[in-house]
Amino acid sequence: MLKQIRRALLLSLALVAPVMADTFVFTAIPDNDETRLRERFQSVADYLSEQLDVDVRYVPVKSYAAAVSAFRNNQVQLAWFGGLSGVQARQLVPGSEAIAQGKEDTQFITYFIAHKSTGLEHSDTLPKAIKGMTFTFGSKGSTSGRLMPEYYIRQTFGEAPEDVFSRVGFSGNHSRTIRLVESGTYQVGAVNYAVWNSELDAGKIDTDAVKVIWETPSYQDYQWTIRGDVNERFGDGFKDKVKQALVNMDDPELLKKFPRSAFIPANNSDYDSIRETAKQIGIID
Amino acid sequence: MFLSSTSVRITAAFVAIAILCLFAADLAITTINPWQDLAALFLGMVTPDFFSLEHIGTALLRTLAFAFTGVALGSISGFLLALVFRFRAVRMFCAFIRAIHELFWALIFLQFFGFHPLTGVLAIAIPYAGIFAKVYSEILDETDPTPERVLSRKVDVLSSFLYARIPDALPHLITYTSYRLECGLRSSAVLGFVGLPTLGYYLESSFSQGYYSEVGALLLLFYVLIATLRLWARPRLIPLYVIAAPFFLGDGLPIVWGNVVRFFTQDIVPSPLRDGEGLPGLWHWLSDLAVNQAMPGIWNTLVLTQIALVLTGLVTLMAFPLISRHFGGPTRRGLGHVVLVIARSTPEYVIAYILLQLWGPSMLPAIVALALHNGGIIGHLIGRRSNEITLRPDAPKGIERYGYELLPRLYSPFLAFLFYRWEIIMRETAILGILGIYTLGFFVDSAIQNIQFDKAMVLILVTAFLNIGVDAISRRVRARLRLKVSMTCEGH
Repeated sequence: MLKQIRRALLLSLALVAPVMADTFVFTAIPDNDETRLRERFQSVADYLSEQLDVDVRYVPVKSYAAAVSAFRNNQVQLAWFGGLSGVQARQLVPGSEAIAQGKEDTQFITYFIAHKSTGLEHSDTLPKAIKGMTFTFGSKGSTSGRLMPEYYIRQTFGEAPEDVFSRVGFSGNHSRTIRLVESGTYQVGAVNYAVWNSELDAGKIDTDAVKVIWETPSYQDYQWTIRGDVNERFGDGFKDKVKQALVNMDDPELLKKFPRSAFIPANNSDYDSIRETAKQIGIID
Repeated sequence: MFLSSTSVRITAAFVAIAILCLFAADLAITTINPWQDLAALFLGMVTPDFFSLEHIGTALLRTLAFAFTGVALGSISGFLLALVFRFRAVRMFCAFIRAIHELFWALIFLQFFGFHPLTGVLAIAIPYAGIFAKVYSEILDETDPTPERVLSRKVDVLSSFLYARIPDALPHLITYTSYRLECGLRSSAVLGFVGLPTLGYYLESSFSQGYYSEVGALLLLFYVLIATLRLWARPRLIPLYVIAAPFFLGDGLPIVWGNVVRFFTQDIVPSPLRDGEGLPGLWHWLSDLAVNQAMPGIWNTLVLTQIALVLTGLVTLMAFPLISRHFGGPTRRGLGHVVLVIARSTPEYVIAYILLQLWGPSMLPAIVALALHNGGIIGHLIGRRSNEITLRPDAPKGIERYGYELLPRLYSPFLAFLFYRWEIIMRETAILGILGIYTLGFFVDSAIQNIQFDKAMVLILVTAFLNIGVDAISRRVRARLRLKVSMTCEGH
C-alpha cells in the first residue's frame, strides 16, 4: 500500500514538470456559440501553420478574462481580442502590439435588442422607456456587449445600469444574449451587431419575438494582438510574417468564421478611445 | 431519541429566520414562458444525442482522470495531516483550505498555471485534503484504543500505529474515501464551467446554445457513471485507476514559472500598495471594497443560505419516505432511489445553472437547486436510517406512521445531518454567484473578469472566513442538541 501511495505521489508530482514545446499558440475570446469554437478556429490554425512554417495550435477558453490571462502568461502568443480585452491584455504585457483588425472593426456597432412584449420600436436614440425594465449585457469583459452599451446607458440616463434597470445580467456571450432576450428572460439586451447579423442570415433568430431597437454610434473593436517577444522565440521578422499572413487572408470560408470581410493592419493607438471609455466606467484602473 | 424541547425551539428559530429572509430575498420568475424551455429540456433528455459531440468520450475520460488524481492526492495529504491534527495550527489550516470552494481554487490556479492539468488536480486536491484530514482524524480518534495498550513498550510508534490503529479504522476510512470519490466526480465535472476540459465545459456550451439533446446525452452519461460507481470502482481496482489517471489528464499548456512568482509578488498585492499610495490609499481601497462588494455579497449569501437550509430540511422530510421500507413496495422504492440518485448526483451548480436559464435571474433558482441536491443527499441518509428501525406489527400506517412513529425517532439524526450541511450549503451559495446571483461569488468573478486579482483574493478570504464562522456556529448548535453524526456515514 505504501509503495502504491508513493508511486501515485511521484506520478502526480511528475505532472508539475513543464513541457517546453515551440508551438505557436493562439486563442480567441469566446464571443459566440462555444460548442463550435474548435471547429471555428481549427481551420485558422491550419492556415497560419501553412503560412508561417511553424506548428500552430488553437486553444479554446471559457471566458474573456481567461483569454487575457493566457496571453499575459505567455501560454498563447497571439489572440483575437475584443477592443476592451485587447486593451487589458496590452496593458498587462508591455511590448505587445495590435497588428490587424477586421475591416468592420473600425466601424463597429452595438445593437440594443428588445423582446416584443416590451412594445419598443426601432428608434434613433436610446429609448427612455427601457428604464425599469430587465437588461442583459454579454460577457462582463466584452466591448460590444458591455463596455459601449454601459457607456451609452450612463450617457443617456446619467446613472449606473444597476440603477437604470430593475435587473442587470451578464449572459456570457452574444449568441446567448440573443437567446435570452428572444425567450423573454430579459426584456432588453445589448449585442454585437456582427453576431446578430450572421445569426439572422443563418435563420437562427425569431424576428417575431426580438428586434433591434437602437444602434450605437460606431467605435473600434476586435483586433489581433501579438506578444512583443515572439521574434526572439520564433525568429527575426516573425511578427511581420504573422501580420502579413493575417492581412493576406482572403479565403471567404476562413473570413466567415470571424465573421469579417477582410483584415487590415492596426495599431495600439487605434484603441486609445476604448481605453479612455473603460477608465471612465471604472473597468480598468 | 424523542423530541427534546431544545430541538423544537431551534427548528422554530431557524424557520422564523428563513421566513424573515424570504422578505429580503428576490424570488421572482422573470421569464415570460418558464415552462417552454423546461419542456424542451425534458424532450432533450428523452432524445439524447450521443453522437453529435465528438469530444464526449474525452470529456468523460478527463472528468474521471481529474477526479481520481485530485481525490487521491487529497486523500494522501489529508491522511498525513490527520496524523498531526491535534495541533491547533493544523486544524486551523485545514479549516481554512476546505472553506474555499474547488471552483475558487481553480479560478486562482488558472491565473498562473493556466490550462495546465495541475490547475484542476490541485483545485480538487487542496479543499479535499482539508476535509479528509478532519474526517480521517475523527475516524482514527474513534477507533478502539485497547489493541494499542496491550502492545509492548518496545514497539515503535509507526508499527503500533500501522498494526494496532489502522486495521480497526480501515473499513471506515475506505467507506469515507469512496464516498468522497463520488463527490470528486461531481467537482471534476463542475470544474469544466471555468474552462477545464471536463464534462461541465461541454454541458455549459451546449446548454447555452439550447442544444438540449446534447445536454441530455451528457447528463445521462454522468448519471450512469455515478450510479454504477460501486460496480466499477472496486477497492482492488482503485490503485490501478489512481496510477493510470495522471496519464489521462490531457497535456494542456506548459506552465511558465515566472507567472507564479508574479502572481504572488504583484497581482494579489492590493493596488494602492503596488502604486505606492501607502496606508491611506489602502484604507480607502478596502473600505470601498467592503461597502460596495463584500457587504452586499455577504448579505445575499446569508439570506440565500438560510432559506436554502430550511427548504433543504423540508425536501428531506418529504423525500426520505421515497426509499423507506415503511412506506410502499419495492417498485416504488426503486423509483424513489432513481429520483434521489438524480437529485444528489446532479451538482447544485448544474441544477442552478439550468434553472437560471429557465426562470431568469433571481435567488429562486439557487434556492431550489440547493434544496433539491442537499435534500436528495440527506433524504437518502435518513431513508436508510429509517430502514434500520423496526416497528411493532400493529404500528399505525400512512401519515400517522410517519408523524408518530418515524419522525420522532429520526428527527435528531435529521437535524444533525442538516446542520452538518449548513456550511456546505453556504460554500455552494457563495459559488453560485458566478452564475449571476449577487452572492459573494458574483463579486469574485467580476473582479477576476476585470483582472483585479487583489480584489478577488480579498473577497475569497471573506468567503472563507464566513464559512469558518458558520461551521463554528453549526458545531455549537450540534453540541447543544447533543447531535452526533457517525463520521463514516457520508456526513460531508
